[in-house]
Amino acid sequence: MKVVVNGATREVDQQTLGELLDVILTDTRGSAAAVDGEVVPRAGWAGFALHEGQSVEILTAVQGG
Amino acid sequence: MDDPLVIAGTELSSRLILGTGGAPSMRVIDEAVGASGTAMCTVAMRRLDATTNGSIVEVLDRHGVRILPNTAGCRTAREAVLTAELAREALGTDWVKLEVIADERTLLPDPVELLDAAQLLVAKGFHVLPYTNDDPVLSRRLQQAGCVAVMPLGSPIGSGLGIQNPHNIELIVAEAAVPVVLDAGIGTASDAALAMELGCAAVLLASAVTRAQRPDQMAAAMAGAVTAGRLARTAGRIPRRTHAEASSPIEGMAVL
Repeated sequence: MKVVVNGATREVDQQTLGELLDVILTDTRGSAAAVDGEVVPRAGWAGFALHEGQSVEILTAVQGG
Repeated sequence: MDDPLVIAGTELSSRLILGTGGAPSMRVIDEAVGASGTAMCTVAMRRLDATTNGSIVEVLDRHGVRILPNTAGCRTAREAVLTAELAREALGTDWVKLEVIADERTLLPDPVELLDAAQLLVAKGFHVLPYTNDDPVLSRRLQQAGCVAVMPLGSPIGSGLGIQNPHNIELIVAEAAVPVVLDAGIGTASDAALAMELGCAAVLLASAVTRAQRPDQMAAAMAGAVTAGRLARTAGRIPRRTHAEASSPIEGMAVL
C-alpha cells in the first residue's frame, strides 16, 4: 500500500506502524510517531494498523535551543 | 554553598540550562555540555533525517543531564501541543519548553497562542516552562495557567543583545511564585551574571556558547557568571548612591 512518510509517498509492505518503525528506526529512544495528525503512543505502535493513504510523521530529537 | 535550582519539586544541580542549537558538530555540544556543568539541556523535535550523524540524545544521556524538549518553530497552540505530545512519547518526559513564535524575523513569542498552548498542556498533565516576552503581565497569566517556571527573553533569540529591559525582568522576578529563567538574548558572561543579579533563578542560553569561537571556553565562562551572579544577588548588593561615600575612616586624619 502507499502511505506518506514525512511528506514523501512510499510503497510499504508493512501492515502496522510498529513494523514500519522497525525498518526505519535504528533506536527508538528520542523518536515518536503521529498518524494523520494524532500521536500514537509507543505502546500502541505494534497494534496500529496502517491504511492506504495515511500520513505518518516520524520525529526525532535534534539539536535545538 | 548548597543552593540548587528547584523546578516543579525537582532539584537541578546547576542554574545554567544549555540549549543545544547552533553548534557546528556533535563534538562541540559534547565539550560544551561538559564545560558548562549544566544539569539540563534542551532539544528540538524534527522529522527523522537518516543523514544526521550521531544522536543528541545519546550525547546528553552520557552526560547524565536532564533533557528538556522544546516546541521551537511552532506558530500555533495546536502545533505546539502536538509537538509536546510527540516529545513526551519520544523522551519519556512531561517537561516541555513551550515556544510559540509569531514570525521568523523576530522569533518573538505570540502571547495569545502561547497562553492558549500553556493552558492546554497543563490540562494534559505537562510541566510547562514557557519561553515568553519580558512582559510582567503575561508572566503572571502564565503562572495562573499553572506553568512551573516562566522564561522571559532578554532580547531576541540568537541576537546576543543581552537584557534590553532589566526593569521588566525585575518586575517579573518580584512577583513570581515560580522560578524565573532568563531565556534568549545572552551574548556574553556579563549578560548571564546580570540576569542572576536581577533575581532570575537560572539562565537558559544556546547560541552564546554554541556559536562562540571557543564554545567550551564560553561554556565555562557562563557557568562562572551564573554562579557569581547568584552569589552577588543573595549576598545583597550595596545601594546605588549619587555621591561618593569614603570607605577609609574620616576621623584621625593627620594635620599636614
